[in-house]
Amino acid sequence: MKYLFTLIFLLFTFILYEGLKKDPRSIPSNLISKEIPEFSIKTFSNSDLSDFELKNDNVAIINFFASWCPPCRVEHKQLLKLSNDIPIYGIAKKNKKQDLSKWLNELGNPYKKIGMDETGLLSIEWGVYGIPETFIVGDGVVKYRHVGPVMRRDLETIKNIAKDLQ
Amino acid sequence: MKFLVLFSYLIFSDLKAIEPDEILDDYNLEKIAREIGKELRCLVCQNEDIQNSNADIAKDLRKVVRKKLTEGETKEQIIDFVHSKYGDFVLFKPPVRFDTLGLWLLPILFFFFLSLFFFRKR
Repeated sequence: MKYLFTLIFLLFTFILYEGLKKDPRSIPSNLISKEIPEFSIKTFSNSDLSDFELKNDNVAIINFFASWCPPCRVEHKQLLKLSNDIPIYGIAKKNKKQDLSKWLNELGNPYKKIGMDETGLLSIEWGVYGIPETFIVGDGVVKYRHVGPVMRRDLETIKNIAKDLQ
Repeated sequence: MKFLVLFSYLIFSDLKAIEPDEILDDYNLEKIAREIGKELRCLVCQNEDIQNSNADIAKDLRKVVRKKLTEGETKEQIIDFVHSKYGDFVLFKPPVRFDTLGLWLLPILFFFFLSLFFFRKR
């Protein structure tokens, strides 16, 4: 009996110790390997952007951002690099057009199209909980999600996933 | 006076984060919306429900809940929708599945073993 309790105690210690190593702030995306949500919104240049357009592209990157979000400024350079190889669609969350145009003039525009998510509803459709978040979509299916700014060290991973899909 | 302040706090403490423009006119729908709000976890604020959180995402989720309620969706449909987007993390009560079985059974097992330990005859 004594040994059994020791064993259970050790097992719990092990489980809890392993649990300490996990990051409670990283939440896995529930959209991976699922078809992208249906949507249709107005873009920055007053045209339309819908899920059909994203499905047309073999591979596409969807980047949720805003001009008021500092980490988005950090990742911008990497997005410019990526946009040479892969089409990037931006979704600007709760962003005023004048702020966004100022931002794009200053930093450059890596986006093929920018959807204006004025209410934040589209972000919820995509399971976004904080911007920036970046999705890789292949043939209309979500393949990968990156939470937080895309840094130089992340480019390799993203390019490799995109290459496999092409 | 103190009593009155305390009393009004207890009554209105439900409204901590919710803003006046969010509240629905329909009393019954608003009641359901708050029930849903208590079952959904805010994603960025570690174990707070969306009802009581001031975070941007919690506010957006409260709006979605209310929008869908006025469109005639039921409580289960709305919770399923949010669950499908954000995964198990968003639910305070995880669904009983093979990989979550431990969460549900371990406390019972633990209780069983502890009672065995404390109440056995020497």
